[in-house]
Amino acid sequence: MKILEISKLLNAEVCWGEDRLESEVCSACGSDMMSDVLAFVKDQAVLLTGLVNSQVIRTAEMMDMRCVVFVRNKKPSEEMLDIAKESGIVVLASPMRMYDACGVLYANGLGDHGETANHE
Amino acid sequence: MSEPLVYTFLVDGDNFTSAGEASVKMKKNLRMLAIAPDIIRRVAIAMYEGEINMVIHAGGGTATVSVHNDKIEIVLEDKGPGIADVELAMREGFSTAPETIRNLGFGAGMGLPNMKRNTDSMTIESTVGVGTRITMTVNL
Ligand SMILES: Nc1ncnc2c1ncn2[C@@H]1O[C@H](COP(=O)(O)OP(=O)(O)O)[C@@H](O)[C@H]1O
Ligand SMILES: [Mg+2]
Repeated sequence: MKILEISKLLNAEVCWGEDRLESEVCSACGSDMMSDVLAFVKDQAVLLTGLVNSQVIRTAEMMDMRCVVFVRNKKPSEEMLDIAKESGIVVLASPMRMYDACGVLYANGLGDHGETANHE
Repeated sequence: MSEPLVYTFLVDGDNFTSAGEASVKMKKNLRMLAIAPDIIRRVAIAMYEGEINMVIHAGGGTATVSVHNDKIEIVLEDKGPGIADVELAMREGFSTAPETIRNLGFGAGMGLPNMKRNTDSMTIESTVGVGTRITMTVNL
């Protein structure tokens, strides 16, 4: 799925990364605990979160993620956007709640395993 | 055997916002050295968890990363309160982090185990009231 499609499905504002919306991602995860993201996430390229601080962007950078989506109308600070720019991470802000945002993406084919999801 | 490349970073203990800067910089350095991406990610995660720990538990410290021919070594040193029971601290879910830290997305007690999981060796030397020194290596 293109990041552009994610932004449309989530009715999201593009806070940074307008020129990267064509890039393809094939998996996502949602969490407010960066500890869990660092410990359990494997190759998910998109992080949805209701937590807003610079460590969210840094965590995404550490995990080689491509896009961070802030849910529930949370807006990132300028400082956070500077960190995102440095790392080339697209930042979106959506009015949707976490559960709804994840559900919409999942229902539209963005799973948590990548394109070749293994249905065990 | 060539000399290792050594990078040192000061980790500011008074600023949660800047925590992780050293790990981001180190990640860039490793990319420039054309180290394999999966190795870079393991080093980055281990160092970042360690950096966050120094900020939230120890009032900051230093990080020294040496890139050898056959391994990358990360040494994290602080003059914080030390860890009384290292075995207990290594358990998944054990954390002394206050609610304020949990509200920032950390303090789940997964950091030290995650550092161990991502590295090939890890030793913790800690003295209560003196400080903590964690040495991790990732083989190349
Ligand atoms: N550098 C440090 N100095 C003092 N105590 C530490 C340090 N690093 C870890 N600890 C102790 O070990 C515990 C477990 O650490 P960790 O697994 O990273 O979990 P968390 O940081 O989420 O609490 C911490 O809650 C803290 O009590
Ligand atoms: Mg920790």
